[in-house]
Amino acid sequence: MAAPKKGRGPAGGQGRPGRALALILMAMVALTGGMFLAHQPTPRLGIDLAGGTSITLEAKAEPGQESAINKTNMDTAVQIMERRVNGLGVSEAEVQTQGNRNIIVNIPKGTNSAQARAQVGTTAKLYFRPVLTVAQGTPTPAPSASSSDKASPSASPSSSASDKATSPSGKPSASATTQGRAVTGGLKADTSPTPAASSAPTASAEEQAAAAKLQKQFEELDCSSRASRSKAALGVKPTDTVVACSSEGDAKYVLGPAEVSGTEVDSAKANFDQQRGMWIVQMEFSGKGSKQFQTITKKLSAQQSPQNQFAIALDGEVVSAPQVNETLSGSAEISGSFTQQSAEELANVLSYGALPLSFTEQSVTTVTAALGGEQLRAGLIAGAIGLALVVIYLVAYYRGLALIALLSLLVSGILTYTLMSLLGPAIGFALNLPAVCGAIVAIGITADSFIVYFERIRDEIREGRTLRPAVERAWPRARRTILVSDFVSFLAAAVLFVVTVGKVQGFAFTLGLTTLLDVVVVFLFTKPVMTLMARTKFFASGHPWSGLDPKRLGAKPPLRRSRRVNAPTDPKEA
Amino acid sequence: MSRLGNLGARLYRGEVGYDFIGNRKIWYGISILITITAIVALAVSGLNMGIEFKGGAVFTTPKTSVTVASAETLATDASGHQAIVQKLGNGGLRIQITEVDTAKSDQIKSQLSKDLGVPAEKIAADLVGPSWGEQIANKAWTGLGVFMVLVVIYLAIAFEWRMAIAALVALIHDITITVGVYALVGFEVTPGTVIGLLTILGYSLYDTVVVFDSLKEGTQGITKQTRWTYSEIANRSINGTLVRSINTTVVALLPVAGLLFIGGGVLGAGMLNDISLALFVGLAAGAYSSIFIATPLVADLKERDPQMKALKKRILAKRAAAAAKGELSEAEQAEQGIPEDVEPAAAVVGQRQEPPRGHGRTSGKRR
Repeated sequence: MAAPKKGRGPAGGQGRPGRALALILMAMVALTGGMFLAHQPTPRLGIDLAGGTSITLEAKAEPGQESAINKTNMDTAVQIMERRVNGLGVSEAEVQTQGNRNIIVNIPKGTNSAQARAQVGTTAKLYFRPVLTVAQGTPTPAPSASSSDKASPSASPSSSASDKATSPSGKPSASATTQGRAVTGGLKADTSPTPAASSAPTASAEEQAAAAKLQKQFEELDCSSRASRSKAALGVKPTDTVVACSSEGDAKYVLGPAEVSGTEVDSAKANFDQQRGMWIVQMEFSGKGSKQFQTITKKLSAQQSPQNQFAIALDGEVVSAPQVNETLSGSAEISGSFTQQSAEELANVLSYGALPLSFTEQSVTTVTAALGGEQLRAGLIAGAIGLALVVIYLVAYYRGLALIALLSLLVSGILTYTLMSLLGPAIGFALNLPAVCGAIVAIGITADSFIVYFERIRDEIREGRTLRPAVERAWPRARRTILVSDFVSFLAAAVLFVVTVGKVQGFAFTLGLTTLLDVVVVFLFTKPVMTLMARTKFFASGHPWSGLDPKRLGAKPPLRRSRRVNAPTDPKEA
Repeated sequence: MSRLGNLGARLYRGEVGYDFIGNRKIWYGISILITITAIVALAVSGLNMGIEFKGGAVFTTPKTSVTVASAETLATDASGHQAIVQKLGNGGLRIQITEVDTAKSDQIKSQLSKDLGVPAEKIAADLVGPSWGEQIANKAWTGLGVFMVLVVIYLAIAFEWRMAIAALVALIHDITITVGVYALVGFEVTPGTVIGLLTILGYSLYDTVVVFDSLKEGTQGITKQTRWTYSEIANRSINGTLVRSINTTVVALLPVAGLLFIGGGVLGAGMLNDISLALFVGLAAGAYSSIFIATPLVADLKERDPQMKALKKRILAKRAAAAAKGELSEAEQAEQGIPEDVEPAAAVVGQRQEPPRGHGRTSGKRR
């Protein structure tokens, strides 16, 4: 679909219409087969057609922090929101970024949309809480895989390397990823490695009492499913002693009141420690945070396992629960059995908690399933009526040629439908109301191409040509016109798709897709079929109902046999 | 319909033809008038912006026995803002309340569900913050700008810069008319309208491109002949593609009309209706502009080209010479009949199907 070209291309070339037809038939069979193999016999419906809630959020930067709205932060936000929404027990809620600063959250019907909105819009809450009790994630007390004997219960003034060595053995439970990491001071950070032994008995007594109160709740806590994990996290206040699940569901905790807020984390980075050959997460605290962190680590480092751990709790779920081996302040590092990915994830979470990125609701659309169904029906009826009108018009005007147009529209329809169905799982395409609208409007675009070609053929017949040469001669010129105008349509759709947000994108996408398919159909179907039809007696003899009756078209008798060489000034239409 | 086909044949042969180019000043005048009306309407009454631009909420209830008037009172009381209530085709209500924020709208929704006796989960709600529409509009403007630049570049490469400019003028013209109609009639402007308006971009150009394509083909090697001026060929291009332009426009309008009436008839108001209304107005404007504005404008621009000026001079001289010899063909006689016209009357010139090279045909042969 570039600049208009002259000359005859191979597609739909004169003598071999069968090849092109076989090609498009194969494509149709493959797409239809793929659709059923993928168990996607219908396009995925958008919220406005299926019912549900769609929330559009826009990131708002704090003054002076505009650069905080970047791709990384937006992606982190999407991850966190997805966790929250899906934690509500909704399956298949989708959270996507759109444009540079928008996040769209689509929640299918049957969900408490008010709760979803409350969950989604707020900034992530990250707290550092002391761990009081740890157990495996399910309510049944499972036998511990490894008895929790700690290698170095008290603060060890040893080097980081030895900390790391001890930490894996200190796992309180069988889980591998979220626990058993050791926090140590950064190389310059271990200012006062004094163990604070005095605080241990009192704190422990207090916490035991709290744990007793929470005992029942703790025992009943089931961390095996995402929904129940989020339920435990709901309504958690930073000042309470709470129960919480690990984000992977393999462990559950009783956690003390929040000691440090995530907003006090200045920065967190995942680094590969060359010396030790392992991934670590380094974090830096703000002034206030480092004081608070010093207090908590001082307290914790004096405890026995598992109470020498603190939990990094994001939205009430424990992301990581490293042990503390020494008192730390301004900067700290978390080491343990990290992979690159898990280290980066934790660093993201830590950074995000401190991020001045908040979201405001731009629009919230709740569509009941009944209304959605009604709109889908209305859209389909509108499409059917529009199609019927086009068909009536084409038949009345083009007679037999309309059959070719209808078949082409049908092929185009099948291709569009199967592609839409397949694009649902592939790229998350969802058929929404504007997309339906775009598909209906596209009927006109597709029909336009046939009209351009048919009129060209009729012009050739008016010149006195018989049908077969007319069909071939009309094609290169019609092809050029179709390509140029489809290119303009596609350009419009592409620009719309790139620059717009929300519902407009669905419309633009459909329009662009159908424009592309129009080119495919005209080249691989309409033209070859036209070539074949020109061989039939019905069309070739110019039957009055063929739409190609030379008399009716006002062809000039006597019929011209040979064609004059291109008259440069022949003002024939294009 | 077959009569239209017949007309198509006669248009193609140039037996009938309308002098679009010759009367272009009339069309320019009409378009300028429409544009001024649109601008005045826009300035005076402005656009009726939907809640997406003002911020607010639209609630759609299922079938209910509450009357529109009482629902209006209830909704106004519940929100503290004036509510607009419409009855929908399915017996439900569409309650629109402007200038409430998304937080407040939740309360209103639960209040409404109590007042109307409809369970809250059966009420569909569309809550929009005030800056949402602004964001959509900004993106739309960006889209419009980007598209115009790209299309001008493309048309300038595929055709020539004059055509690109004329197409751009026609495009702006279409958008102005559409916006003007919205201002005049007071249709609500929603994101759906914006979508529709942006779609016109592609559509409006579709017809224009078809005519230009014909024009480009018709004027190949134009300087090597002395029979037709650029304007005359342009006029023939319009006439020759007229049937096709009508057909493509009708075929494009039919599905949109289906959308418009179903969207309006069944659902009362909403996205379908908004998109299709804007498309309907824009498509009609687009068809008009491709015939009456874009091509005459190209001819006008082209006639300023020194080469074309020279050509026209040669042609006029030749015609005068032929007239002096008394070998007046029918067409040429007609041309002489309009001495004041700057352009030779193209309509009548178009009365021949024969290639321009064919010389000295007797006037009777054609019939």
